[in-house]
Amino acid sequence: MLELHDIRTFYGNIEALKGVSLSVDEGECVTLIGSNGAGKSTTLRSISGLTPPRFGQILFHGRDIARVPPQEIVRLGISQSPEGRRCFQRMSVQENLDMGAYLRRDKEIDADRAHVYELFPRLQERRTQKAGTMSGGEQQMLAIGRAMMARPKLLLLDEPSMGIAPILVERIYETIAEINRQGTTILLVEQNANYALGVSHRGYVLETGRVVLTDASSSLRENPEVQRAYLGT
Amino acid sequence: MEAATVPLSRSTSLRRLREAGGRYVLIALLLVLPVAYGIQDLSQTGNLSRLGNNLVDGLSNGAIWALVAIGYTLVYGIIELINFAHGEVFMIGSFVAAGFFGTIGLTAAAGPAGLLVGLVLTLIACMAASGVLNVMIERVAYRPLRGAPKLAPLITAVGMSFILQNVGLLWLGGSPEGIVDLIRSQEVFFTFAGVEVSNGDVLALAVTIPLILLMTAFIGGTRLGKAMRATAQDPDAARLMGINVDTTISMTFLLGGMLAGAAGLIYALYQTTIWYFQGFTAGLIAFTAAVMGGIGNIKGAVLGGFIIGFIQQISDNRIGSSWTPAVVFAYLVLIMVFKPSGLLGEQTREAG
Ligand SMILES: Nc1ncnc2c1ncn2[C@@H]1O[C@H](COP(=O)(O)OP(=O)(O)O)[C@@H](O)[C@H]1O
Ligand SMILES: [Mg+2]
Repeated sequence: MLELHDIRTFYGNIEALKGVSLSVDEGECVTLIGSNGAGKSTTLRSISGLTPPRFGQILFHGRDIARVPPQEIVRLGISQSPEGRRCFQRMSVQENLDMGAYLRRDKEIDADRAHVYELFPRLQERRTQKAGTMSGGEQQMLAIGRAMMARPKLLLLDEPSMGIAPILVERIYETIAEINRQGTTILLVEQNANYALGVSHRGYVLETGRVVLTDASSSLRENPEVQRAYLGT
Repeated sequence: MEAATVPLSRSTSLRRLREAGGRYVLIALLLVLPVAYGIQDLSQTGNLSRLGNNLVDGLSNGAIWALVAIGYTLVYGIIELINFAHGEVFMIGSFVAAGFFGTIGLTAAAGPAGLLVGLVLTLIACMAASGVLNVMIERVAYRPLRGAPKLAPLITAVGMSFILQNVGLLWLGGSPEGIVDLIRSQEVFFTFAGVEVSNGDVLALAVTIPLILLMTAFIGGTRLGKAMRATAQDPDAARLMGINVDTTISMTFLLGGMLAGAAGLIYALYQTTIWYFQGFTAGLIAFTAAVMGGIGNIKGAVLGGFIIGFIQQISDNRIGSSWTPAVVFAYLVLIMVFKPSGLLGEQTREAG
């Protein structure tokens, strides 16, 4: 479904991705782990078209989208819950969700919103509240729900556990697994690999802009180096 | 674009106290001139008609500043840039109005119906010209510098302002040009309790109020309005929603320019003189209005415009017009001291 072929992405002269290749198949949940500054967010930003790669290919259903503008990428079926959540602070929960459906004109938006509320009942309780007044965990739920409102075929999640109380992280990860079970393909980025390797089928390990390791998630969990570097054991 | 660091040194309760106190100080500050002169009028003449006249004139002047100020605030809200060329966009609106009267042969002899049709057509022409000009300014001078340090587009903004002033200079020469007093703007339209409302006042409000209402409804209710609000709050998040941020920014410049064009027409009809330098002064005043009201906030820009209109009229009429700029800026400074984000401020991205 998604294939990255040797993409190299730059911020000015800084080469943040030095040739990243990875693939995600239909229905999979794939995780990308790596420490701070490894290039995980840049990978997702490259896929979404926010920082297009200078070299390399990004194939989505076989079509190269490496130079397609962000709004077209959303239209093609890739949406993202970005690092730091980035909810529209002065909009209500419901308005945020509706922004997620910005490109849609079909009649099923209401049904999808109801589905998001089902996935995250907490959001329904707060639907008239301004996003900026909610806790980090609630905003994370909102960011994921907002990305779901685009009806993505591929959902990109950037560090959904960042800065969130452990009990909420657990709840959020249960929902991520549920979203995947219901048929949405997921590419999940995490620094804290415990949860990510729990819900994903396969994983890639990124270090300073390069993929250094890839395996089934269950094997990565057993890998001593991964354990030492990313699992805190 | 990261959340700004808010100084946390003072305890929040203390800050809240200061905010609450500040609000009353601000209200008192804004009321001091009208109340003082109101009492003076009452004791001298037994009625408030002089103050009433000041207020009406202030309202129509303020309408022009409000329309121009919205353009500053919209653009600042969305790309955090002071569009220094905005005053010139307003000036070009006045010039297009004057030119258009000539083109369609509109004179004071046209009769009420002809005049109305002619003025509506001119309004459309001015709004279109200034709107398109503003979009072009963004394309040429700001968009190429989107990723550059903030000083770069600021200086190209100043450059655009000078270029357009020179366009005005070449167009109508270096001295104020009188234009036909189509609506006999000083003529009294009606008198109410000793307060005279002139044709110019009626025109200013009849154009401004519907435009401001339309514009607020547009931003509040349409898809594009939503895109504008989302982009103003977080451009990258807006992109991830599928919003075309470049188009949204262009539309924001279009709207701001259109309002400045409308203000240009009102100004031309109201003042009956136009010249290339009018945009500099008007731009400065309108920018002050936007800052006073809280830059980035549309209601604030309107409020600031009207407040400055009032202050100017009261000062012109009572203190002396050579003092007016000093009085206006003294007000700005005082308001900023008590509320640095402006009267209705804190709704900008940094604060969000
Ligand atoms: N806006 C930026 N400008 C310059 N360098 C950046 C920018 N964003 C990220 N980088 C650099 O790119 C590299 C990868 O960053 P990022 O993708 O955010 O890593 P991760 O998400 O894995 O923590 C880091 O070295 C970081 O310093
Ligand atoms: Mg990151």
